[in-house]
Amino acid sequence: MARALNRALRDALADDPSVHLLGEDIGTLGGVFRVTDGLAAEFGDERCTDTPLAEAGILGTATGMAMYGLRPVVEMQFDAFAYPAFEQLVSHVARMRNRTRGAMPLPLTVRIPYGGGIGGVEHHSDSSEAYYMATPGLHVMTPATVADAYGLLRQAIASDDPVVFLEPKRLYWAKGELEPDVPPGGQAVVRRPGTSATLLCYGPAVPVCLAAAESEAARERGWDLAVVDLRTLVPFDDETVCAEVRRTGRAVVVHEAAGFAGPGAEIAARVTERCFHHLAAPVARVTGFDIPYPPPLLERHHLPDANRVLAAVAGLQWED
Amino acid sequence: MGDAEARSADDLLPEPEPHRVLGTGAEPEPETWPELYRHLVRGRRYNTQATVLTRQGRLAVYPSSTGQEACQVAAALALEPRDWLFPSYRDTLAAVVRGLDPVAALGLLRGDWHTGYDPRALRIAPLCTPLATQLPHAVGLAHAARLRGDDVVALALVGDGGTSEGDFHEALNFAAVWRAPVVFLVQNNGYAISVPLAKQSAAPSLAHKAVGYGMPGRLVDGNDAPAVLSVLRQALARARAGGGPTLVEALTYRLEAHTNADDAGRYRPDAEVAAWQDRDPLALLGAELRRHGLLTDDREAALRAEADDLAATLRAGLGTEPALDPADLFAHVFATPTPQLREQARRLGVASA
Ligand SMILES: Cc1ncc(C[n+]2csc(CCOP(=O)(O)OP(=O)(O)O)c2C)c(N)n1
Ligand SMILES: [Mg+2]
Repeated sequence: MARALNRALRDALADDPSVHLLGEDIGTLGGVFRVTDGLAAEFGDERCTDTPLAEAGILGTATGMAMYGLRPVVEMQFDAFAYPAFEQLVSHVARMRNRTRGAMPLPLTVRIPYGGGIGGVEHHSDSSEAYYMATPGLHVMTPATVADAYGLLRQAIASDDPVVFLEPKRLYWAKGELEPDVPPGGQAVVRRPGTSATLLCYGPAVPVCLAAAESEAARERGWDLAVVDLRTLVPFDDETVCAEVRRTGRAVVVHEAAGFAGPGAEIAARVTERCFHHLAAPVARVTGFDIPYPPPLLERHHLPDANRVLAAVAGLQWED
Repeated sequence: MGDAEARSADDLLPEPEPHRVLGTGAEPEPETWPELYRHLVRGRRYNTQATVLTRQGRLAVYPSSTGQEACQVAAALALEPRDWLFPSYRDTLAAVVRGLDPVAALGLLRGDWHTGYDPRALRIAPLCTPLATQLPHAVGLAHAARLRGDDVVALALVGDGGTSEGDFHEALNFAAVWRAPVVFLVQNNGYAISVPLAKQSAAPSLAHKAVGYGMPGRLVDGNDAPAVLSVLRQALARARAGGGPTLVEALTYRLEAHTNADDAGRYRPDAEVAAWQDRDPLALLGAELRRHGLLTDDREAALRAEADDLAATLRAGLGTEPALDPADLFAHVFATPTPQLREQARRLGVASA
């Protein structure tokens, strides 16, 4: 996946001279995850810039560059290190178009490696998507496949709105094929059709849900589980999600972020509001616990896995 | 990028005494000083009229630049049309002097939109409320202009209190490392709402902070309009020529409270205000112009009449109800409203964009 992201950045730089990359260690080193590998050498320091270490400054200057008509793509080194930039994101990036009555759109992409499962020490494994989802004015995208990593990132950079692009760290090494076209952002995709219950997930939880659906245990119970990859958290694809939930009458939302006031709360509420009469059971959630992200030697207890997903499916009131 | 040449800290240090022009025996400049004065008179009238309109409930709030008009006017006049101005909430007047419609400039403070004007029309960034957050924008914009090969300089305004914010530090550091064509003007009016400068900074002056970033600091009498104009013009010329950023600290004072909602009597003595009233930027320049025969009673009367016209424009513009359309709430959040926003617009009973 990291290579697909790299390819997307390279193609964007080549296609559009207004695209500029900014970040920490993204030049000579190619980024700590090598997503920008070779780009400074190919396009020069001014297109792929190692900035001073100051996330608010990076996003703030990128905002000014976008105000002048460039299309900056900012890399935050890790999820938790995007927090210093939060004020710029919330108070300016998300609002500039609205503040200026549409006169000054802000075409800017913020790439953030996020989530756990890579044995990172503290501050290297957060799932911060709820903060971004709760900020009106931002698109929030997160790929789960190699094809989407390329396709969605190209879409994000081409978008005239700011996009928070969340890259699931533990999928950086995932393999897959590039595809010429992927569905547009804002559209969820059914990764596995099913008839018994619908698993709603995104980013790093997609492979977990697919594993649960394909598992021996699911087959034994006679469950044919659908897996819907949301791809874009904002805007949210109510249509596809609700159509899939109505088909099965049961739904489980799965994500790594903490459950309390997490994305799953919003998704469960939306599904319930729209599909109540089709539901055979309340929408269940399988999420990270409501704790600071655990130390690496304990993270496996925190991260939703196939067993926890299947346990939630088992609780969907099949007996009635 | 960041081709840092060795420079001695001494070259970057601000002057020990604030740069002054008025009262120093300097030759008057007939092309600029009368024009500065004209804008000072208009600016003072603008400020007093806006404050009155606030009392009448026509504006939600007005952070007046009364007493700081020399900085406001000089900032606007120092720029070329192709340059960019990055104002804070205190700097409505600078935007108006640069040419922004005097009523449209008050959208933020009237509350009909969060500024709403087109920043690109006159190259005036939206008035910025979160302290110092506009400074990195100015740096990024100036950097982008340079990357494009455009002869454009950005001037960013900030208050003394704002220099404590992280964004101030980060903006100056980026600007210096990138050698961005940007100038920072700190209007040091002594207070951040109620908090005096001594609780804000232990630096010898705010201009001294420049040295640590590797850019020159300049100290100027902020009530001496020709002095502010000349220091800003030098800094802008330096930036334009590729010399990099400058931090300018202008020593001034806000004669009014922080906003109409503030009670300045709780934190500053009347005697202090009175002392600064004696250094009113209008009086300082007016007296010098008269000494040189550049300002007559007739001219003064004509300027006052022109200023009254501006005040009348404000009263008329703010006297009518603003055009408000709740559909606007949903129209500009995204390039295309999301299905959710369209649904919410429908629920509010307004057409969605
Ligand atoms: C980030 C942030 N914190 C707090 C405030 C509230 N606030 C508005 S003005 C102000 C004082 C600012 O003082 P200074 O920078 O000296 O500017 P002045 O108002 O004197 O022009 C404060 C604390 C704010 N606008 N932004
Ligand atoms: Mg102040």
